[in-house]
Amino acid sequence: MSAITMPVREHEVSPGLWALAWRRLRADKVGMVSLAAAAFFFLMMVASAAGLIAKDWAKEIGANYAPPTWFKDDVAPAGAAPGAPEVKAQDDPGVAAAHGGDTKAEESSVVDPLADVLKEVRSEAAKAAPTETAARLDTLPLGADKWGRDVLKKVIKGSETSIFVGLASAVVAVFLGTLLGAVAGFYGKWVDDFLNWFYNIFTSIPYLLLILAIAAVLNKKGMMTIILILGLTGWTGTFRLIRGEYLKHKQREYVRAADAIGASNTRRMFVHIFPNVSHVVLVQLSILVVAFIKSEVILSFLGFGVPVDVVSWGSMLNEAQSEMILGKWWQLAAAGTTMAILVTAFSLFTDALRDALDPKLK
Amino acid sequence: MKIESAPKPFVAGTTALVSIRNLRVNFRVDRHTAFEAVKGISFDIPVNSTVALVGESGSGKSVTSLSILGLLPKENSSVLPGSEAIYAGRNLVEMSQRELRDLRGKEISMIFQEPMSSLNPVFSVGFQLAETLRIHMGMSQAAAYARGIELLREVGIPDPEKSIDKYPHQMSGGQQQRVMIAMAIACEPKLLIADEPTTALDVTIQKQILDLIRELQRKHQMSVLFITHDLAVVGEVADYVVVMRNGEIREQGPAAQIFESPRDAYTQALLQCRPQLHRRAKKLPVIDDFMSGHPVSYADAPERKRGLTGSEPIILDVENLSKSFYSREGFFGKREFKAVDNVSFRLAKGKTLGLVGESGSGKTTVGLTLMRLHDATGGQALFEGKDILSLSAKEFMDYKRRIQIIFQNPYASLNPRFTVGHIVTEPMRIHGIGSSEQDRTERAFELLSKVGLPEVSFYKYPHEFSGGQRQRIAIARCLTMKPDILICDESVSALDVSVQAQVLNLLQDLQDEYRMSYIFISHDLAVVKYISDQVMVMNEGRIVEMANSDDIYLNPQHPYTQKLLSSIPKGWEGAHPRVAQ
Repeated sequence: MSAITMPVREHEVSPGLWALAWRRLRADKVGMVSLAAAAFFFLMMVASAAGLIAKDWAKEIGANYAPPTWFKDDVAPAGAAPGAPEVKAQDDPGVAAAHGGDTKAEESSVVDPLADVLKEVRSEAAKAAPTETAARLDTLPLGADKWGRDVLKKVIKGSETSIFVGLASAVVAVFLGTLLGAVAGFYGKWVDDFLNWFYNIFTSIPYLLLILAIAAVLNKKGMMTIILILGLTGWTGTFRLIRGEYLKHKQREYVRAADAIGASNTRRMFVHIFPNVSHVVLVQLSILVVAFIKSEVILSFLGFGVPVDVVSWGSMLNEAQSEMILGKWWQLAAAGTTMAILVTAFSLFTDALRDALDPKLK
Repeated sequence: MKIESAPKPFVAGTTALVSIRNLRVNFRVDRHTAFEAVKGISFDIPVNSTVALVGESGSGKSVTSLSILGLLPKENSSVLPGSEAIYAGRNLVEMSQRELRDLRGKEISMIFQEPMSSLNPVFSVGFQLAETLRIHMGMSQAAAYARGIELLREVGIPDPEKSIDKYPHQMSGGQQQRVMIAMAIACEPKLLIADEPTTALDVTIQKQILDLIRELQRKHQMSVLFITHDLAVVGEVADYVVVMRNGEIREQGPAAQIFESPRDAYTQALLQCRPQLHRRAKKLPVIDDFMSGHPVSYADAPERKRGLTGSEPIILDVENLSKSFYSREGFFGKREFKAVDNVSFRLAKGKTLGLVGESGSGKTTVGLTLMRLHDATGGQALFEGKDILSLSAKEFMDYKRRIQIIFQNPYASLNPRFTVGHIVTEPMRIHGIGSSEQDRTERAFELLSKVGLPEVSFYKYPHEFSGGQRQRIAIARCLTMKPDILICDESVSALDVSVQAQVLNLLQDLQDEYRMSYIFISHDLAVVKYISDQVMVMNEGRIVEMANSDDIYLNPQHPYTQKLLSSIPKGWEGAHPRVAQ
């Protein structure tokens, strides 16, 4: 409006409905705290994606299964914490296998053609091991995993994957749901019937079966696949809600008035009605982010998730399965707690958002 | 609490049933701001009489009645200490919820504006009636039912033995309100609070309900607190009148005094702003005239001549317009409902055609079909020789801007997410009016000042405006397209009396200036009479009568028109003809 030189140059910019909603949200203490918590996680995700933190998460800096620092004193006397070097040698699959092979060869009195090579490898490993293990820490802030990787860094790196998958798939799902819902609700008649049939058939397929089917069709493991799986299966709730909103709003007088002044269908749908239902979209988006973060964890846990070279909260929990048997609970605790904090904060924020956006049109 | 002595009644020679003294009610807007909805008012409700609480929206009249019954929402409102509403020696505003519950429905009962939402749709009316009787009178189920039938007969429900088992949706709006009244009087209350009981009803039903309330009041010798915005209704029912504005009492006294010699400027304004049936002032007096100390009497204002001579050019010729809606019946069948049935009329250039009828008469459908917001089932509408109903959507686009509509509810017809500037310039952008954005903005400023809004409005959002101002924005939006025909669909019905007068004056000024033709749709016969040259009366989708406005009011031909006109509340003068002489 800067180009306009009109009699009224100085005017107070009135708060629109969005500004008023923000004002209401700011007055909500729980909402603001949870927003801060969620924002912290997003910043962490961005920083991690940009390579500012947790870039070297895959580096094995600690002893394997190094306990959390604050827990060390309790663990050490019990001998549960592995004294780094020798246990390391036992645990290392390569070394263990080589050792096993060696014994077998002796027993059967067959000359192992690889014996010399293995001896060489072993002596090299023995030479290298002390220097390497000397640098390894026997405790880490949140402990270490099987390979001695820092759980804290894994959690940070894992949040990058999990939150990004949650966000991106929620955007895909909400976009699909909104678009289809808007079309169904606005045009009604056979368009609505058709989309409703589609919706009904879609929702009648068991969820996991659907996910497996899509996974099979895409036939590729990776983040994109998970995003597509969740996005393509998650639009149904949003569709129903947005369809209902459009059914309601297209009857409203302001939409009729827009029709009367000659606004086209598309214009009425997206310029006039959409801003008035966008609060529903926003709330749906944040609900789905939470749901999809959890879904990613479940999918990775079931093994449909991210590939082995990528870490996510889900893959961490998957690893924790076998660790729990050994009593190494810290990876599970770290991933589980972080996820719980984010999901709780985000859910509370969603609640506050819904209250703030509740459009009591005066 | 102890009351030292009963307060002195306001009107000599009466005994007060309820005495309200210094009632103050606060509403919390948000954490820090509160707003005083009722600012220390005092009045009496005398025994065996009807007190009318009159005021416009925001005057605090409903809040007053709700606080008497302790029905105000606790979360955001509070009755301030020092307030008194004394009934039978006890202060109602200080009673506990339990004590109040015993009183409510038994000694003080209430009827609301919307009978359709006040009855529970999943229970039969008999069940709901009997519930009141069982709770308060301790009657058995059988006795309660028997008494229920009696009550339904008393409030004039036909065939009460059968009707008692009906569900609310099986009854008409008027019958539902009768059931509400039956529930309210079931325990023979001493005070009946009626909050706008007839506002949602058609004028013929309104008359029946008013007659019923008046009759019951006399028969049971109860007191009635009648809350309304309509002074004509007050004139028919009230013994005493309390006029409220912005939470304060402007004037109170016996009805005769208020209507014949009002002292307060605001009361005078309210009495003069409403169009009256026997005269047509050139310009309606507005509230500012009175508040600024320059009262204009309706009777003294110059008159405007209305009506057609028959030689005016015709701008729109509608022939056999029909619109049916279909509802599914059974598996394959559908039932036709004729909302508009073979309606033909001609609209003269620069004149106003009034379209009156009760709800369901099809008057709004006529407007929407002409705008092509509904597809017509049959008939044609010739505009400059072209049938606008059969044009393709693209061809119609050129005509669309020339026929415009102003809707009833100014709160719903403006997009809440747009600024007023956006709302007013949008049609120009769609139709390519104005050479540049700057030109369009300039035009918007011009039109905003034409409809009497300050220029800053351009940057504001609709929620910052009052109802009347919003209707002005809607009018400005239509004017951007310079339409030839403006359809006003109940455009002033949702507005307060004083604002109604301003908007009617504005519409008239605009017609005088631009020579627009109006189709003025309303259920309000007085307003239609005032603004129209010709009046068309519709009932059940058909035109029952059409004539020049003065002719139809002086000499209605069709029995339906006669019934409609005789139902208009006559106000004080109508109800008390000897005083008027």
